[in-house]
Amino acid sequence: MKETQTIQAQDASKQTTERICGSEAVIRSLIAEGVDVLYGYPGGAIMPVYDELFKYQDRIHHVLTRHEQGAAHAAQGYARISGKVGVAMATSGPGATNLVTGIADAQIDSTPIVCITGQVPSHLLGSDAFQETDIVGISTPVTKWNHQITEADEIPEVIAKAFYIAKTGRPGPVLIDITKNAQFGELDFKYEKCTGIRSYIPVPKTDPKTLQEAADLINNAKRPMIVWGQGIILGEAEDELKAVVEKAGIPAAWTIMGASAIPTSHPLNVGMVGMHGNYAPNVLTNECDVLIAIGMRFDDRVTGDLRTYAKQAKVIHFEIDPAEVDKNVKTDVAVLGDAKASLQSLLPLLNENTHEQWLQEFKKLYDIEFEKVIKHDITPTKEGLTMGEVLKEINKQSKGDAAIVSDVGQHQMIACRYSEFNKTKSNITSGGLGTMGFALPAAMGAKMAEPDRDVVAIIGDGGFQMNIQELGTIFQTEIPVKIVVLNNEFLGMVRQWQQLFFDKRYASTVMTNPDFVTIAKGYHLEAKRVTKREELAKAVEDMMASDKAYFLEVCVEKEDNVFPMIPSGASVSDIRLS
Amino acid sequence: MNEEIKSFTISVYTENNIGLLNRISAIFQRRHINIESLTTSQSEIEGVNRFVIVVNITESQAKKIIGQIERQVETIKAYYHTDEETIFTESCMFKIKSELLFEEPQIQNIIKESDTRIITVNKEFFVLEKSGRRFEIEELRKALSAFGIMQFVRSGRIAVTKDEMKITEMLLAFNNQ
Repeated sequence: MKETQTIQAQDASKQTTERICGSEAVIRSLIAEGVDVLYGYPGGAIMPVYDELFKYQDRIHHVLTRHEQGAAHAAQGYARISGKVGVAMATSGPGATNLVTGIADAQIDSTPIVCITGQVPSHLLGSDAFQETDIVGISTPVTKWNHQITEADEIPEVIAKAFYIAKTGRPGPVLIDITKNAQFGELDFKYEKCTGIRSYIPVPKTDPKTLQEAADLINNAKRPMIVWGQGIILGEAEDELKAVVEKAGIPAAWTIMGASAIPTSHPLNVGMVGMHGNYAPNVLTNECDVLIAIGMRFDDRVTGDLRTYAKQAKVIHFEIDPAEVDKNVKTDVAVLGDAKASLQSLLPLLNENTHEQWLQEFKKLYDIEFEKVIKHDITPTKEGLTMGEVLKEINKQSKGDAAIVSDVGQHQMIACRYSEFNKTKSNITSGGLGTMGFALPAAMGAKMAEPDRDVVAIIGDGGFQMNIQELGTIFQTEIPVKIVVLNNEFLGMVRQWQQLFFDKRYASTVMTNPDFVTIAKGYHLEAKRVTKREELAKAVEDMMASDKAYFLEVCVEKEDNVFPMIPSGASVSDIRLS
Repeated sequence: MNEEIKSFTISVYTENNIGLLNRISAIFQRRHINIESLTTSQSEIEGVNRFVIVVNITESQAKKIIGQIERQVETIKAYYHTDEETIFTESCMFKIKSELLFEEPQIQNIIKESDTRIITVNKEFFVLEKSGRRFEIEELRKALSAFGIMQFVRSGRIAVTKDEMKITEMLLAFNNQ
């Protein structure tokens, strides 16, 4: 009896630690974190890990992108739609530096990703070895945290820390650089998830006094307005936000990163703020008496000129990152903490209200915008196709259930303005960094994370060519994304600025494009081009009906502009309708 | 909104990890702020480092920078203080030809009056060390430069604050969670 017990005890200890090599520890750690798919590109310094990926391919799916930038954006798309941590992997040197744009994008848009890079063996560090680059140094300003592993036994603990840091608090990218000797070296493997780091406070404590002060301001407000950001989505506070908005009857607008947290059709959803946002919420930002900012950071594309931004209003800022409070806009009440918990606590402190008259002002301004802009965008009478009518057709056919992944430029603003969202996490775009080339790989990641959802990438002809190589990944991995290229043969947003502010000097914005349909067909994708209005509905229908990857090029009016527009540096109330 | 630019001493308590210096200095670089001096050392707590950084900025810049420094995962706590709120000092060294010590009796007076310490003397040179405020060090440097200085070096500012910094309590609170 005693003997059996001893044997059982030995077995138990075997289960907790096991002698394996560093590269296997990397894969086992990823599996322990629940990673089922990762994006990457092999190379010399990461080969031991790829060798293990081969052995574990039934448990973890590695997607070979065609460029490391594609891997980083795919990991972002995966994270943005699922709320889980996206993972990208690359070799040292150029592999690692190619990730940097995606990492910077994830940093500014608070996207949880973990990037793993191979590194030259530690005895060669600093010697200008083949494919050596100081990726920890390079990525420092654009990562939430980064770390170089030079010994195998550091691997499980550091990876656990990486996932914990990436997804807690205000999320962000983490880069782990692993020298080749650490991948080959052995360790006693035991995985424990990270639950805390003494120097890191992911969520600051909420002071109940600030909640009461916020509630008092809101209860006494005659013209309150909410502007919510991605903090609602990252904090999964959509229901709590909706409850607050409905109980207190507050018109609520969103930043580009907050889009879709409350359905577009909600009567208190008054649209997008910012440079190309809706007329009403921009103008009325400067007429509200209490501005309630939730999980947003007063980006300059949202505020325009800070000296004239909401000066008449008391400002309440619900925020998880103390560094954002008073960074751009001086707040009267800052409620630190997690949006979900804060809004839950706020709700019982609020009085029921409707603010009918105030809401009418939003409606009046919406009608003006509709007459001057929206009508012409979505139901044009001129011959050329507009980007807006393409979006309208996609809305109609997807019934607002699709996730829209947009790139950067005019089509992005149109996509964010006119997409009708029913579900949260449906608007995936590069907001803070404005990374052209984001959408195609991000859409791959999004589709793989949520295979049951339609994922439609909306891309301009410029941005499409920045990561066009990912068509190869879509083909090889059979990712059924729907790709819509809105082709105006211009770098449209820059052209618009040249027209408005540089006397139409179209410096380097004219695009002589290849035959995109032939290219897509070269990758064996179903592909179609639309040039006339009467072809549009059928083409979108075919695309939505396809259960494979589908490429649709829509040739749109070349020199259309996106309005409304707050000219750079102007006040939100000086928003232009034409 | 033209706020006064002042000298601020920024104190940062951190974990002792590779790369953190880079991470913290990058925050100043991004905002195009010149670091007047930076010193890093062990703090009063075992295993916790302390940075002392001197910058000439406005108070609102100082607040924003503190926020961005504290946002770093391995930063435990950061503070900013004016000169009046800290006790601070710098240290400097001079290397001077030994023959001057005998040829120029004035040098001996300068050493005595300025409370400067002779660290070493040999046939070729002697080395002076002095700690104090910047103006004292500057006075000494000017006085000695008349005779010729072979080498001069000055350290960054080190400072303690008049107020208490509750780092130990913060770390205890974490451990007791």
